[in-house]
Amino acid sequence: MTTPVIELSHVTFRFNRHPVLDDISLDIHEGEFHAIIGPNGGGKTTLLKIMLGLLEPHAGSVRILGGSVRDNRRYLGYVPQFRTFDFRYPISVREMVLSGRLGHTAKKLHYGPDDHATAEEALKTMGIADIGDREIADISGGQRQRAIIARALVGHPRVLLLDEPTVYVDTPTATHFYDIIEDLRKEMTIVLITHDVGALSPDITTVSCLNRRIFTHDAREITDEMIGAVYPCPVDLIAHGVPHRVFRHHDEMEEEETKEENRR
Amino acid sequence: MILEALGYEFFRNALIAGILASIACGFIGSFIVVKRMVSLAGGISHAAFGGIGLGYYLGIDPILGATVFSLGTAGIISHFRNQAHQHLDTLVAAVWASGMALGILFIYLAPGFAPDLFSYLFGNILLVPFENLILMGLLVCIIVVTVTIFYHQFVAVTFDEEYAIVMNLPARGLMLAIIGLTALTVVMLIQVVGVILVIALLALPAAIAREYSSSMKAMILYATLLGAVFTTSGIWLSYILDVPSGATIILIAAAAYFLVILGRDIRHHYSEIRD
Repeated sequence: MTTPVIELSHVTFRFNRHPVLDDISLDIHEGEFHAIIGPNGGGKTTLLKIMLGLLEPHAGSVRILGGSVRDNRRYLGYVPQFRTFDFRYPISVREMVLSGRLGHTAKKLHYGPDDHATAEEALKTMGIADIGDREIADISGGQRQRAIIARALVGHPRVLLLDEPTVYVDTPTATHFYDIIEDLRKEMTIVLITHDVGALSPDITTVSCLNRRIFTHDAREITDEMIGAVYPCPVDLIAHGVPHRVFRHHDEMEEEETKEENRR
Repeated sequence: MILEALGYEFFRNALIAGILASIACGFIGSFIVVKRMVSLAGGISHAAFGGIGLGYYLGIDPILGATVFSLGTAGIISHFRNQAHQHLDTLVAAVWASGMALGILFIYLAPGFAPDLFSYLFGNILLVPFENLILMGLLVCIIVVTVTIFYHQFVAVTFDEEYAIVMNLPARGLMLAIIGLTALTVVMLIQVVGVILVIALLALPAAIAREYSSSMKAMILYATLLGAVFTTSGIWLSYILDVPSGATIILIAAAAYFLVILGRDIRHHYSEIRD
């Protein structure tokens, strides 16, 4: 088997002695569209920050493309949560996207012609080339989200890591957003973190349920037991506004329970 | 009367000191404002008062003591920023108050009377000697050259510090540089507006500039120009009215700030009605 692009083994993380992540082992392979789902406070963002080397695990290890996080995190394209940004910062969409090149330019001080060309390409890919000169303060939520992804794309990542990308955008924007991800998916591995299980795309290959502990499954074999382990109740799996009901409804379950009770 | 004032060396020195201070405020204050570190700068400037007190106590130049204290505070705050962010505001408050308290103790213990104490607290730009102008000029050169060379990196680290770390930029070093240059700027501004008013001169021109800037370059330029207008007009006005210069400069800057904020709110209000 090939080397996983991201490899976590027995990762444990505590916050003020309170365990946030407990013995997490997870391999993410090239070409996967890997969704990490789980309730708020389940440790999803913490796990992502450990992958990126922003947090050090208290136990266990992380490897990226078989090497250390520090050496190889340049192959990861990070799309942080919306709320971590101050959109009043005086910066244009183009300059923000260009800033993603800083870790990849030779001297890391100036942008060369190829940096500008790469940024233009990313702006076009994300469909925001026409608003490149606008300030990030003056654009819509969906446009901001695409600008944040474009910034990650200019580093030519092999893995795109998205943290709750649809939380602050409306439903049509979110739907459009998943169209974009489907296109990107042909070129890179995608790790999507979300607490919004209703937003999962049918293209997802692997689903990990995270709530302090992790359960990973092939997307075709999703069982409601694994969702039940992290969520208090079953959920619908919906994509592109078309409900793909993977999990049973509450009433169906109740019916079955009633049947079982009757049998007894 | 105004032209007559230009004939005095102390007055010309004051104007030059005001311009130099404005450049430092434009270049450093802009990053402080966008990174929301204004209170951190306040902590450094008030902690510097401890150094001023120590200077009196040891019989050395209080500005030297202020430099040591503000750089030390910058180091401490930078260190704790990387450790436990969530308690940073409490830490800044502790440093802020304990610096002031140390200053008061040292001045009480210092033998004899503390001359010029008021000018360190509230500034007196009309007393800046020529030698200090050269030091200020040197410091401004260091600030301008550093920000120019590392401009894109400073923008990256103040816009999104975590992303800068993921890109393997020297984020800690860059933040230490910004906070360290803030400490030196604070020392320079103490002579202009005094310990207590430093944060206003550092933050207000930059905060006004942000309302009209589409890039950090523009913000730095506008903040520098605004600072120059505030200090120059403040010095003239205080000379004409024979009132303290530091307070006059700050009141002009604050008045401009409130007008701009009020204007912006009125604009927003009317554009909402139109929609």
